[in-house]
Amino acid sequence: MALLEIQNLVVEFQTASGSFRAVDGVSLHVDEREVLAIVGESGSGKSVSMLAVMGLLPWTATVTADRMSFNGRDLLKMSPADRRKIVGKDMSMIFQEPMASLNPCFTIGFQIEEVLRFHMGMDGAQRRARAIELLQQVGISEPADRLNSFPHQMSGGQCQRVMIAIAIACNPKLLIADEPTTALDVTIQKQILDLLVSLQAKYGMGLIMITHNMGVVAETADRVIVQYKGRKMEEADVLSLFESPKSNYTRALLSALPENAVGDRLPTVSDMLFEPAPSGAAA
Amino acid sequence: MSIKVVEGKNIVRDYHIGGGLFRGQRTVHAVKGVSFSVDKGKTLAIVGESGCGKSTLARIITLIDPATSGELFIDGNKVDIAKNGLTKEMRRKVQIVFQNPYGSLNPRQKIGDVLGEPLLINTDKPAAERRDLAMKMLKKVGLGPEHYNRYPHMFSGGQRQRIAIARALMLNPSLLVLDEPVSALDLSVQAQVLNLLADLQDEFQLTYVFISHDLSVVRYIADDVMVMYFGEAVEYGSREEVFADPKHSYTRTLFAATPRADVASIKARLAKKKAA
Repeated sequence: MALLEIQNLVVEFQTASGSFRAVDGVSLHVDEREVLAIVGESGSGKSVSMLAVMGLLPWTATVTADRMSFNGRDLLKMSPADRRKIVGKDMSMIFQEPMASLNPCFTIGFQIEEVLRFHMGMDGAQRRARAIELLQQVGISEPADRLNSFPHQMSGGQCQRVMIAIAIACNPKLLIADEPTTALDVTIQKQILDLLVSLQAKYGMGLIMITHNMGVVAETADRVIVQYKGRKMEEADVLSLFESPKSNYTRALLSALPENAVGDRLPTVSDMLFEPAPSGAAA
Repeated sequence: MSIKVVEGKNIVRDYHIGGGLFRGQRTVHAVKGVSFSVDKGKTLAIVGESGCGKSTLARIITLIDPATSGELFIDGNKVDIAKNGLTKEMRRKVQIVFQNPYGSLNPRQKIGDVLGEPLLINTDKPAAERRDLAMKMLKKVGLGPEHYNRYPHMFSGGQRQRIAIARALMLNPSLLVLDEPVSALDLSVQAQVLNLLADLQDEFQLTYVFISHDLSVVRYIADDVMVMYFGEAVEYGSREEVFADPKHSYTRTLFAATPRADVASIKARLAKKKAA
């Protein structure tokens, strides 16, 4: 059975100029021990659909779906209190900007232990021991001393490791990583991706990687969903996606990669899509 | 014979930090003796991670910051803005495009005024001529005259970066410094902006200094590549040399860390995963 199953997810935002449909009928599923990559450009609705799963969207958003179940439980019918028991425990999320997602006013030890207190009900000594263990797992040296550090005393890569430690603190079944390496240097990006994939394999988590970077997809994913303007354009396993992309959009994305350049100009996405992009919306 | 548009010899830049009541002054060596030269119509790419001094070097080449020591030649003339200040003529020759097109345009300024301002400050062209030149430049970068009276928030990221490029080209510079011009853009828009840069280079024989951390973009656009690490140029050579046979261990680390999106490496990864 699928760990997370979504059918026909629609997310609409109420704006001053009417309602805007950010996600338009997306269906997807993730199994245990599977890495699913959702790839798309900004505005493709890839983050919004996952925020809808986590229940983190603001009140201006209307979420509807035919089915949205996690681990056999229906997320749509669940009370907010029940949902809060799942979010952060069985399914957790890490975000793009590690510096901005940690609270600058508290030590990282406090922020890791907060999750353990809320979801696991551990006492102080247990929490501390677990926090040290977690920091060790995400590869931070001298974890016991580091617990007392504030986020500004750490580098971007280290902050992202702390975010991962918080996310895996309660042994989640599903980890959603929203552009986890976009703000980081390539060498650090490599370390973080390796860490995520090794943790995923070790604990048998389902992992959803949201990214716009085809390289990250190629390096991590088992299966890939390509989204464009809120719609799913293609779903395939990673090898067939790169070997023989079916949709025009995927083909366009792949040929716009500079490393795939043939000749001295790059083909652009609008050259290859059949429908011309509306002027003003696309650059 | 090729003409050197920009040449740097042993450029050093130190920043002095602090000096409070209880703490002495510290010196950060941001750039430690870097030499380079770029011929007319060519592109030098400077690669490195954050904090390696590549943006500091860009500021020195753009004549925003003076170098602490070393010599900088633009079009064969020695420039020292710390001693002699910056003339309008020099400002005309070097222009810069910044990374974030959302931050580098004044939100309260119409696009027409954005493009006209370099002319207003550096030349004495009348308003009508400034307007004509701005209109022409809008067309050059793939926008239309209808965009002249719009504000920056009405444009997408790619369009804004086109506007930033247009602004940089208003003074007909010979050297354009591009500080991560496509890092903030989506893949498809990135391709369009890179194509635009290539078109403009062909048309105006522009010389580019292209700062980036993305090796696939560098490989596509650069003639020469310089790899910086902690303020030093650890590798400098033609694109073919650097990519085929990286000498320094940091360059090799950088290459190894760059995610590969070709079918062969995906197959290798999947095979390895199956075995594990």
